[in-house]
Amino acid sequence: MLQGWSGWASGPGAVLLLMALVPHAFAQAVTGGEMRPIADIFQPLSRPAEMIHESAILVLAITAGIFIVVTAMLIFVVWKFRRKGAEDDLKEPPQIYGSTHIELAWTVIPILITFVLILVTSRTIGEIQNAKMPEDALKVRLVGHQWWWEVHYPDLGIITANEIHVPVSSRDGKKRPTHIILESADVIHSFWVPQLAGKTDLVPNRANQTWIEPFATGTFFGNCAEYCGTQHANMLLRVIVQEPEDFEKWVANMKQPPLTPESGLAAQGHRDFYANACVSCHRVDGTVAEGVFGPDLTKLMTRQTIGAGVADLTPKTLRAWVRDPQDLKTGCLMPDMKLLDSEVDSITAYLLTLK
Amino acid sequence: MNPDTFDPNFQIPAPERIGEERGSLTRIIQELVFTVDHKKLGLMYIGSGLIFFVVAGIMATLIRIQLAVPRNDFLEPDVFNRFFTMHGTAMVFLVGMPIIFGFANYLVPLMIGARDMAFPRLNAFGFWVFFFSGLLLYFSYLGAPGLYAAGSAPDVGWFAYSPLTAKAFSRGHSTDYWTLSLLMGGIGSIVTSINIIVTILCLRCKGMILGRMPLFVWLILVVAFLVIIAMPPLSACQIMLILDRFAGAKFFDTQAGGSAVLWQHFFWIFGHPEVYILILPGFAIASEVIPVFSRKPIFGYPVMVAASVMIAFISLGVWAHHMFSVGMTSIGNTFFAISTLLVAIPTGIKIFNWIGTMYGGKLRFELPMLFCLAFLFQFLIAGLTGVMLAIAPFDWQLTDSYFVVAHFHYVLIGGLLFTIFAGIYYWYPKALGRMPDFRLGLLHFILFTVGFHITFFPQHIAGFLGMPRRIYTYDTGRGWDIWNLISSIGVIFQAAGILFFVINLIYSYVWGKKAGDDPWDAWSLEWATTSPPPSYNFETIPEVRSRRPLWDLKHPDDPDWKYE
Repeated sequence: MLQGWSGWASGPGAVLLLMALVPHAFAQAVTGGEMRPIADIFQPLSRPAEMIHESAILVLAITAGIFIVVTAMLIFVVWKFRRKGAEDDLKEPPQIYGSTHIELAWTVIPILITFVLILVTSRTIGEIQNAKMPEDALKVRLVGHQWWWEVHYPDLGIITANEIHVPVSSRDGKKRPTHIILESADVIHSFWVPQLAGKTDLVPNRANQTWIEPFATGTFFGNCAEYCGTQHANMLLRVIVQEPEDFEKWVANMKQPPLTPESGLAAQGHRDFYANACVSCHRVDGTVAEGVFGPDLTKLMTRQTIGAGVADLTPKTLRAWVRDPQDLKTGCLMPDMKLLDSEVDSITAYLLTLK
Repeated sequence: MNPDTFDPNFQIPAPERIGEERGSLTRIIQELVFTVDHKKLGLMYIGSGLIFFVVAGIMATLIRIQLAVPRNDFLEPDVFNRFFTMHGTAMVFLVGMPIIFGFANYLVPLMIGARDMAFPRLNAFGFWVFFFSGLLLYFSYLGAPGLYAAGSAPDVGWFAYSPLTAKAFSRGHSTDYWTLSLLMGGIGSIVTSINIIVTILCLRCKGMILGRMPLFVWLILVVAFLVIIAMPPLSACQIMLILDRFAGAKFFDTQAGGSAVLWQHFFWIFGHPEVYILILPGFAIASEVIPVFSRKPIFGYPVMVAASVMIAFISLGVWAHHMFSVGMTSIGNTFFAISTLLVAIPTGIKIFNWIGTMYGGKLRFELPMLFCLAFLFQFLIAGLTGVMLAIAPFDWQLTDSYFVVAHFHYVLIGGLLFTIFAGIYYWYPKALGRMPDFRLGLLHFILFTVGFHITFFPQHIAGFLGMPRRIYTYDTGRGWDIWNLISSIGVIFQAAGILFFVINLIYSYVWGKKAGDDPWDAWSLEWATTSPPPSYNFETIPEVRSRRPLWDLKHPDDPDWKYE
């Protein structure tokens, strides 16, 4: 009987009802500050990306100079020495076999330019790769999975997924760099948030590292940049840079144990969630859900997206995901759980309380 | 065969006919299968390369349709991933390499005044191994699902990074088809290269010392050596992968402690020389075409040879510049950044020497020359974006983005494919006895050049805006939409260009003007024989005294050998 009723009231209707009941979920989800979807490498807003940008501008200037000179030479030669008419075919031009002086000149000049580039490159590589992280740098351990990101804060005891929260640094005040350890659980992935840092791969059996020191708040967009299988395209990453106090608030909220819903659909969803296979793969901090194969769901509703960025996280997309993840993200490793419509509604209702 | 005892009246006994007229289909197939003639094999290489080119090009078109607009539903993710894998693998191993070997096969014996390659039957073997390796790769669409009913064509990308190729992540047989096909193709490439080296070193006609060989022959010699050095690491890692997948070895199986990075080293120790294996023949064709249509000898022949050898040599020590983001030490990254930047020096010399060749000449803008001029401009861009990629920190932003896609398409299309078109138009009259039609060729040139730039130039910008390569879809609002749309529109022009190219090949074969022996008034030995050349190439083996034997013949008052 109950099943019949919820079947009838399921779908968008029930979800809209829930939205009215849990307005907080949405207030939380938009705390990412300014959205920065245009990941332009020429508008860096963090230390290593700015250092790369400086050398990139120099290289662009040099190559642009070479391009203009050589193209001008090419156009000049092609125009000046074009065949002007049939009379040109009567006599061959003077046969020149080479010239040591000229050839020496256009060997030495490229050597000098190359030498300059070598110096700049070596210096920038050292500065970025050998930068010493201060003792109090925020540590993040990022583990790549097919096709999502597992985010650990080992010093804070926080685990989350697909979105990294970090504090902002001040240019002339307190520096708050984040030291990121990169690992992979399966195949090779690559960490790339263009406005913050260049790429570093996440390689299985290996702990790579990179660092960021952002100078502006907001949500920075990134992608997995190493082809990693079917849903490589939808392995998106966001870095949410916050004022230190906002970051502390986020940390405090993450550490709050989740509330167990006492009544209503959410309470039913709580039972369904723990009675089904969800907990085999997913983890909710402070509960018996300790799965490690899928993304951590602690405070799920504080996140901006679902499915590692395949869609914005709304009750509608959440419900669609719970019903059949393959609809939203074909080929992802979470199977269609074949839940009853009533279970889809209740579990969605429960997940909406994780905030 | 000792050329001195060659009897031009000797006739090879005809193989027993199967009751068929000459020219019938059975007869043609019989000839193609039985032939060991370097010219026929050369044309077969080029012909099958062009067929694979059209197939892989259609895949690229479908890829561009999918990416034309954000969140497009035209292709499923798996289908898309198979297309870019097959497109890349086919373009490198089934289009670039065989067309290059085709040119080498056809031209080397003619240019050095030999009657055939040193090992004609090995030559035929090389062709057929390549051809069947291509069929094997494409057969994966039918065969790979196997009993697992999983997988289809390979979908691991053309450099197939482990552990994506491990049994755990690549079920079914798709990766097995990929690896076996490349292993087989590698055998074909190695035997053909050995054949080319022996031919060039042992069969040159009287007077043709190494320093008098046409630059084309020199560069092909360098390429053949590079193939012999670069292919074995590829074959080795394919064998290791086969052992991993069939025999439970653990070379690349990271779940059992294998190394993911090991594959990358093996692959790029092959893969980077491979880039030069593909582009040096482009240089080779440009070095023949530009002098002839400038009416001047190549500027600085010894330096051109030295620069090519240097490029090949340096190319063996730059492989890890494909791996700057893999987490090497700062010392490692610096080393490979420096070695990569060094390539710019000999490459720059070559570009300057080509311009020097044209300086003071009388440039004739025939089809081959048009393609070579476009090549110079495009290769300049490709070289400069290559310099940007060599700067390791800049590469951390650019690698695996659309910038890289744009860069290597400027190298391989703007560099190699344009010179291949130049070469096809240049030697078409020699091989088929007819002139290619100029108007159709001009349409091909304009449409393809315009389409090429419209497609690939915006991809540089998409890369700057953070668009990674190999994604089957993307969200709107990230600044990528317009560049992808423009890029896809360019494909229409390119496809139209290719259409005119194919029409031209057929039209000119039937209705083209008779070419005569030497339609371009050129100087190397292949123009001294008839068009098309007889199966024995030359009635009498020529003797040369300079780098331009036909110039000496045409200008007895002012021969080259006086100055060399």
